This record gives sequence, structure tokens and C-alpha cells, in this order.
Amino acid sequence: MLKHLDEYRDPALARQLLAEIAAVTTRPWVIMEICGGHTHAIIRHGLDLLLPPQLELVHGPGCPVCVTPVALIDKALALARRPEVIFTSFGDMLRVPGSCESLAQIRAQGGDVRPVYSPLEAVNLAARNPVRQVVFFAVGFETTAPGNAMAVQQAARLGLDNFSLLVSHVLVPPAVGALLASPGNRIQAFLAPGHVCTVEGLQDYEAMAARHRVPMVPAGFEPVDILAAILLLVRQLEAGRARVENEYRRSVRPQGNPAARQAVAQVFQVCDRTWRGLGEIPASGLRLRPEFAAFDAECKFALGEIRAEESPLCISGAILRGERKPPGCPAFGKECTPAHPLGATMVSSEGACAAYMLAKR
Amino acid sequence: MSLQVKPENFGCPLPAADEDTVQLAHGGGSRLAAELIEQTMVPAFGDPVLSRLEDQAVLEAQLDPGERLAFTTDSFVVDPLFFPGGSIGELAINGTINDLAMGGARPLYLSVALIIEEGLPLATLHRVVAALGAAAQAAGVRVVTGDTKVVGRGSCDKIFINTSGIGVVPAGVTLSAANLQPGDRIIISGTMADHGMAIMSCRQGLSFAQPLTSDTAALHQLTEVILTVAAKPAGQALRAMRDPTRGGVAAVLTELARASRVGVMISEETLPVAGPVKGACEILGIDPLFVANEGKLLAVVAPEAAEEVLRAMRNHPLGRQAAIIGEVTAANSGLVALRTALGPERVIDLPSGELLPRIC
Repeated sequence: MLKHLDEYRDPALARQLLAEIAAVTTRPWVIMEICGGHTHAIIRHGLDLLLPPQLELVHGPGCPVCVTPVALIDKALALARRPEVIFTSFGDMLRVPGSCESLAQIRAQGGDVRPVYSPLEAVNLAARNPVRQVVFFAVGFETTAPGNAMAVQQAARLGLDNFSLLVSHVLVPPAVGALLASPGNRIQAFLAPGHVCTVEGLQDYEAMAARHRVPMVPAGFEPVDILAAILLLVRQLEAGRARVENEYRRSVRPQGNPAARQAVAQVFQVCDRTWRGLGEIPASGLRLRPEFAAFDAECKFALGEIRAEESPLCISGAILRGERKPPGCPAFGKECTPAHPLGATMVSSEGACAAYMLAKR
Repeated sequence: MSLQVKPENFGCPLPAADEDTVQLAHGGGSRLAAELIEQTMVPAFGDPVLSRLEDQAVLEAQLDPGERLAFTTDSFVVDPLFFPGGSIGELAINGTINDLAMGGARPLYLSVALIIEEGLPLATLHRVVAALGAAAQAAGVRVVTGDTKVVGRGSCDKIFINTSGIGVVPAGVTLSAANLQPGDRIIISGTMADHGMAIMSCRQGLSFAQPLTSDTAALHQLTEVILTVAAKPAGQALRAMRDPTRGGVAAVLTELARASRVGVMISEETLPVAGPVKGACEILGIDPLFVANEGKLLAVVAPEAAEEVLRAMRNHPLGRQAAIIGEVTAANSGLVALRTALGPERVIDLPSGELLPRIC
């Protein structure tokens, strides 16, 4: 891995790619990086400042923390307040504000909220604490779904009746489809999410590229990866081509990861899902299959309807759709900061607002 | 039938003292407490003043003209108690020594106070105390007074340690975070993030081909070298020293920039990070600039003395990988900026909360 780090962070190689990008760019183009990991790498290394001025990068909805609706976070908070529950989550979700509190605040008030690195840790916790109910907050895209599916399978094998998931899984292709179909769409090409493609393969992206006539390039997350992918995209745009080219060959296979896809298909099924900032998108999420209902926290704990309201100042929806940039928000850096976030794009380490704020853009 | 009296059949109906774990009685007043102090604490530190078991240590101190006392205190809590490269014991001794040393002080005396959770295995306590004693001995700093309290189960997490320290600052040495001047060089004594990532990989159960090891070390001998070399040119070329513990290098540089109302510009390519630590940071999505160190220091030195100080540091075992990582600027007052390997600059802001592993 370290060999890759040095190789794909090589400044000389990056400068060479920048020169090539500048040489092939003749017109303005708008490229969206879908994945929050790409947004952060771009801002962190200052790549957008080095590109020709005709190229505009817009930040996409690919941050799982950012697109999880407030109502679902409120459900997580309701669960975490219950004395019998050990609420486990990836670290990022702890600070995300729901309607009025965050998981970190619930923890400070005595709720048993524990960050874990893997859902299998949560399964182990359940096995060790048979009298407690362990709930794992299953958020994320196609990348985290296989691990969560394996956690459910593992819990089933162990016969655990005290482990469940609060599921908020979302899928990238339907969201990209919704962006492309929206009337105000300006996006002409996509830096496709490298790790999502590693799991799912390229089929969906090939179909989208053909249907919407947009070039798509799955990319790794180092500067050289991102610049090489942008070069491929600009070459296609300039030549009027629109297909999938794989920059991230060391990770992405055309057929994806069959074992991971199979685990997901066994445990989850596609459902409609509401995205924070984007609204409801048909067939854009995953939920547990009925035969795994015993592991579904929403069935198990009868959470009922939770209504949630967003801050009226927050424009994270427009930011997630690529229509606005963080500094264009009147609340950016004023009412809304990483310490007091109004919306999810400021909270998550992968959110566009947080990335701009941290780099003091 | 004759009545036979067998002495071994007699027994006291009071339960025998549990000999394996710390009990509330170990805390004060009882025979258990006296035993703990006399059999465990006193021998571990082997100090004649401590051994008197008075309520206070009465100490000799002759100060030369211009010398001043430095006094500091710090409390230590860490989970797990033992980790590759050290334990809470080394941290508690080295941490307070380092706080003294960063002010240019020669550490002389330490206090050690333990708050122990009822039920802690005595064997664990013995290991911690042995580590405290060994670390103090290795550093050549005397532990002259101490205290032990036991609190009920759940009132603390296994063991908390407070250490305080007294040292002597040589005449003419006035280090301060407010001393930085534009042009000064920032020197780090070695690789970043070793301690924090060793702890985090223990907690996350991550293992690597080369295990991550804490860098806990007492830095007072290295600071003495720096002070000597930096004093060679006219006047003291050393402005400030800090050990980048919690919050890492980023937090310390930000404090220095704010205190001196200057900017700090560091260069990404010069930041030393050991290979396995870099790998762990990548996996967990954590920036080594924000991760704790326990055996590293940052020295801010006037430009004309920087190369010589760097050379002297590299000649010391604790400074082999020392590097100049940046310089003080007049622009960007109060801010730390980083020049990326590709050229663009970005401001390094402190994280708003705890460091949390990210989702993907």
C-alpha cells in the first residue's frame, strides 16, 4: 500500500499530468466528482487550484454522512437514548446533528454510544453483552453494504437475538441518474467513485454513460489518480466521446467483487430512499430482506413516525446537487461551522463544506 | 472417646482478605494500605526522601543567581494501560519530565499520585508501579513524594496517575510560545504520530506487519543538548520548545502562532512519518499532524542557528530523524499553513472534536 502512496502522490508525475490536462483543454467543462473522498483529496492537495480555469469541478452527493436524512438520525438518537441499547456507529456519524441533538451529545448524557471501525465489532459486542441490545447504524453506499451484510449473516449464524441494524444504505447510480435528469443539470462528465466500482463493477456506469452521453472514469483517491482520471475525461469531452474508462485498474475489475455483491444480494433488497438534500429517489437504497426482519432495528423497536426539520439557512441540498458551492452559502463560516454545523455537509469529514472550511477556502 | 484438638481445624470466621485485587481498604489507614506503600511503592522508587514516609518531601535546593524553579503537573489516563512501547507508567513519568524540559528546565523531583479503581488486579498495579519506578530511574529524576487513593468500582477507569515535577531553569533561558519571530525555523525531533497510532491500533484491534510502537521517552537530555548548542552564537537562538502530545504537531504550532501573533508555514514533503504509521493513518483516515506524540519535541530556532541545532539533535539517540519542517512567517498571523507537495497551500485547522475513524 505504501508503495502505491508514494507512486500516486509523486509530484513530478502529477505536474506532468497537469501539463497534459492544460494542453488538451480548449473549452470550459463541468466535471462532478461524486465521491466525498475525492472532494477531500482535491481540496487537501489543492488540485482544483492547479487545473486550467476552464475546468470546473463540482462536488457530488457521495458522502454517506451528508445524505442521511435528519429523520433517520433522529431515529438513531431515539434508539441511543434507550437504556437497554448499545448504539454503535462509524465515528463520522457521532457528531451529525439530528433535529436537536447528536449521538455525541446523547453519549455525554449517559447514552451508551460507541464508535466502531467495523460492523463485525458490533456483532462481537452483542455476543459479549447478551442482556443488552446492540444496534449498528448501517449507513453508507455500496462500499459499506457488504460488511454490513456479513455482520447480519454472522449474527444469524451465532443465533444472536440482540443485534440489529438501523439501515440507511444508499446507491450511487440512481442518484447520478436523478442529477442528470434534473432540468438544471450542468454536469458534463463524472469522476466515478473508485471504491463503489470496486464492489459493484462497471456495468451500471457503462449503461449511464451510454444513456446520458456522459464520460465516466472511476478513479483512485491519490492526486495522480485524480489527475489521470480528469485527463481521460477531458480527452473524451474534447473528442465528443462518452464511455467508461477505468483509471483505478489496481482496484476496480469490470465485474466488481462477486463475493461482496452476493453477500449484499442475500441480505438486502433495493428500496426507495430519501436523500438529505435530494429528496426521495426511487430504487436508490437498500433495506433488509423480510427474512432478516429480526435484525431490522426499525421493526424491532417500533420507532414510529419521526418528523424532522432542517435549518432554513442550510443550502446543503443545492451543494449536494452540485448547484452551489460552500462559500456561496450565507451561513458558511458564520452560523455554520464544523463546531456548530447546521447541515451534514459541514459535519462529515467528507462533506464539501467541511473540506472548504478546513482548508480555509 | 477422647477429644482431640486439632489446631488446623480452627479458623477465623471473617473472610480472608482477597489477595489478588485492589480493595477500598488499600486506599488509606488500614494494614493493607501500609503494606501497599511499604512493599510496593517505596521499593519501586528507592528514594531516601520518599522512604521517610513523611507528609511532605523536604528538599535541598541551591539556586545559582539567575536560576529559577519550574513547576508543572499533569494527569494521565490511557486505555489500554499497557501498549507496545510502554505503559501509563512511562507516560506519567516522561510526560511531566518533558513538560519541565520544554521550558528549558533540568528536572529534579517528581511526585506520583495514583487513583486506583477497586477491583484492579494487584498484579496490574505492581506492573504499573514498576514501570513508573523504572522510567524515573532511567531518566535520573527522583520521585520524592506520593499518594494513593482507591475509589469504588466504576468511579474511575482502572488507574489514573497524576505526576507533578520541579526543575531548575538555567540563568538566561527564557523560552516562551510568545517568542517566535518571522524567519525562525521549526525543527521536529523525529517522526510524528507514533504514540497515538500505536494506541489507536491497539484499540481498533488492527495489527500490522511491523507493530506500531509508542515513542514515549524523557526528552530532558535532548533539550539540554539543544540549549547548549543554541546558546553558542551571541545570545539565545532558541525561542521555544513544545512536546506535541494531544492534538499533535498541528495543535502545538497553532498555539505558538497564536501566542506570538505570527504565521507558521510547514512543508508537506519534510514531515517525517514512519512507514507503518503512515499506513495506519491512511487506513483509519487520520492526519498524522493531529495525532499525539509522547517522545518528540518541536523547537523554534533563529535561522542562523537552525542547521547547527539540527545537527546536534541528529547526533542524539532521541533526535536521529530530526528535520526542519517549516518556518515562521509574518503573514497569516495566528494560522498554520501547509504547502502541499504539489505547491498549493492550505490552512491547517484544529479538529473541532475527537479524532474519529471515518466510514470509507
